[in-house]
Amino acid sequence: MITLNRRCVSKSASAPIIPLNSNGMKKTFSYLLLSTVTVVFIAAIICCTDDPLPLPTTTGSVKLKFDNVMGAKDLKLDTDTYTNAAGEDFTVSKLNYYVSNIKLIAAAGSNFTVPQDSSYFLIREGNVDSQQITINHVPAGNYTGIEFVIGIDSLRSVSDASKRTGILDKDSGPTNEEAMYWDWNPGYIFLKLEGNSDSATSANGKFYYHIGGFGGLTEKTLNNIRVAKIDFGSQTATVSQNAVTRINLKADILKVFNGPTKLSIKENTSVMFMPFSKNIADNYMRMFSLDQINNQ
Amino acid sequence: MKKAIWLFVVLLLLFQGTISCNKTSENPKPEPAKNTPTPLEWKKPAYFPDPVYDLSKNPLTVEGVELGRFLFYDGILSRTDKIGCGTCHQQQAAFTHHGHDLSHGVDDQLGTRNSPSVQNMAFSSSFFWDGGVHDLDLVPPVPIQNEVEMGERVGNVVEKLRKTPVAGAAKQVNYPKMFNAAFGTDEINADRMMKALSQFMMTMVSATSRYDYFLQGDASALTDLEKQGLTLFKQNCASCHASELFTDLSFRNNGLIPNKINDQGRYAITLNEADRLKFKVPSLRNVGLTAPYMHDGRFTTLEQVLNHYANDQNGSKDSIFVSPTLDPLLQKAGQKRGIKLSANEKQSIIAFLKTLNDEQFINDKRFSDPGIGTSL
Repeated sequence: MITLNRRCVSKSASAPIIPLNSNGMKKTFSYLLLSTVTVVFIAAIICCTDDPLPLPTTTGSVKLKFDNVMGAKDLKLDTDTYTNAAGEDFTVSKLNYYVSNIKLIAAAGSNFTVPQDSSYFLIREGNVDSQQITINHVPAGNYTGIEFVIGIDSLRSVSDASKRTGILDKDSGPTNEEAMYWDWNPGYIFLKLEGNSDSATSANGKFYYHIGGFGGLTEKTLNNIRVAKIDFGSQTATVSQNAVTRINLKADILKVFNGPTKLSIKENTSVMFMPFSKNIADNYMRMFSLDQINNQ
Repeated sequence: MKKAIWLFVVLLLLFQGTISCNKTSENPKPEPAKNTPTPLEWKKPAYFPDPVYDLSKNPLTVEGVELGRFLFYDGILSRTDKIGCGTCHQQQAAFTHHGHDLSHGVDDQLGTRNSPSVQNMAFSSSFFWDGGVHDLDLVPPVPIQNEVEMGERVGNVVEKLRKTPVAGAAKQVNYPKMFNAAFGTDEINADRMMKALSQFMMTMVSATSRYDYFLQGDASALTDLEKQGLTLFKQNCASCHASELFTDLSFRNNGLIPNKINDQGRYAITLNEADRLKFKVPSLRNVGLTAPYMHDGRFTTLEQVLNHYANDQNGSKDSIFVSPTLDPLLQKAGQKRGIKLSANEKQSIIAFLKTLNDEQFINDKRFSDPGIGTSL
């Protein structure tokens, strides 16, 4: 019975299991034991609600692809040179950004918000697999747009480590390998863009844009959480039962430079946790657009 | 009544298939035998504030603390396998980097701030000179992943630990075995690693200085000069260096002239203009052992520190740098900026400060390098 309940009980009632685990069973039964057993029993029942809720009968899948481009050109790391609106030539050595809290906008009825635990992704230009994400159990219907957070919401940014596993694990996997987390001022780096430019004023000729800031743990500070809203315009994403709908998005990385603020590599070679970073966040929140939809 | 209980138990057994939610059938393997680590009681000195660290989420064990001690001193935490925590936090210097204004990490790269003391961490609500980190478990990744300190990734450290013992290595440490002893299974992950380090740091409590004996009723533990220094200290210094921890845990601008890199301190964390040039008020426990002083190690002696605060040196300009965030305690109306102290008063205060040196703490074998040595 103890082994049986381990997974469930450990979450909600680890304390009551101790008397059972020791020699409580062999000792005189008591009201205490009875109540303990009852608690374990109830905990076991409660924990069953951890299982996914019954799914709507008709759902399909959406494959969401992020194609990172530079204006009309494809983005190629290290090799290709691009020019920003400030007239500066540069190459890109690293581009990563988080996409989270995805929501599909319904043509009629209610929008579909992807269950939050399955709604965190790290798109990496250096990793093709990371650029396509699959959303399962999407209710069948027509969708006219999509919204998502570029970065990580504030609540999850400060959640217990047990709520930040997988791609959100700051100590292992891609987030750790790509150093997408600030240890000294704990929080995720929402978007990281690095490259080389003759215009850079750094000793090694590199520029660094590490944009993050969820608003602060103990006091209010920089908040660079931005929501991208993409309207599908004349196109519609139709999700049908057991089918896969492909939505291809473009992320125009040139817009990190060319937006409401004209970002100059010479003037801002390194932008990390500082007030100016909000200009870059305001720029890149506009970089996404729909490429095409493939309904099947 | 017994019958009723038996009935209930039988009922429960009958129900077990249902209540398991079929989860157990996925994992029929029996659990391997588990070690049970030995609980270690942790008690705070009676006159210290309550600990900030939540011990209930990481109860101390003998094996956990021992694992933390090995990790603390093992260079495996760094990219070059040569820099450990103990490199810049040396016991003889109350876990600071003796003689280094700024510490050098992997490949002899220099940091930007003076290595702070690792002591009484249990009672601290924030860590580092700028207080960016609020949880002891989140402290180790900062130096580990800082490129000029240990220059490593935590994920990689975990991989390296899993591969121990390394055949042919000069220092044989079997971390899977030690993690097993500390946590019950061989599993090595970052969470366990940080918890072990926290356990070790929780035990590093300095409260056995001469001042502590004085505090506990031994009037002869301090000389007259030192007692006089204590009185002066309370009058002139204790508003910031408050409580028996000798810090109010706040961030203040103590009028240091900004250094060449114009380190803005706390501002870098909050981006609040009111936090410019503010740094953590450090504890003064063991201050006689932790030279050099200030966030960039600019002062090499306590005399220099007090001269800065007294702002009374001949031939030099105002030593207190005036800026909007300068602490009000250093600019009292109608007075010269600083804290007025005579030469004798300074000497008494310094005599008192040295009674905070905790010889037991810096010689305690429980905190010493277990022989995997990075404390060079």
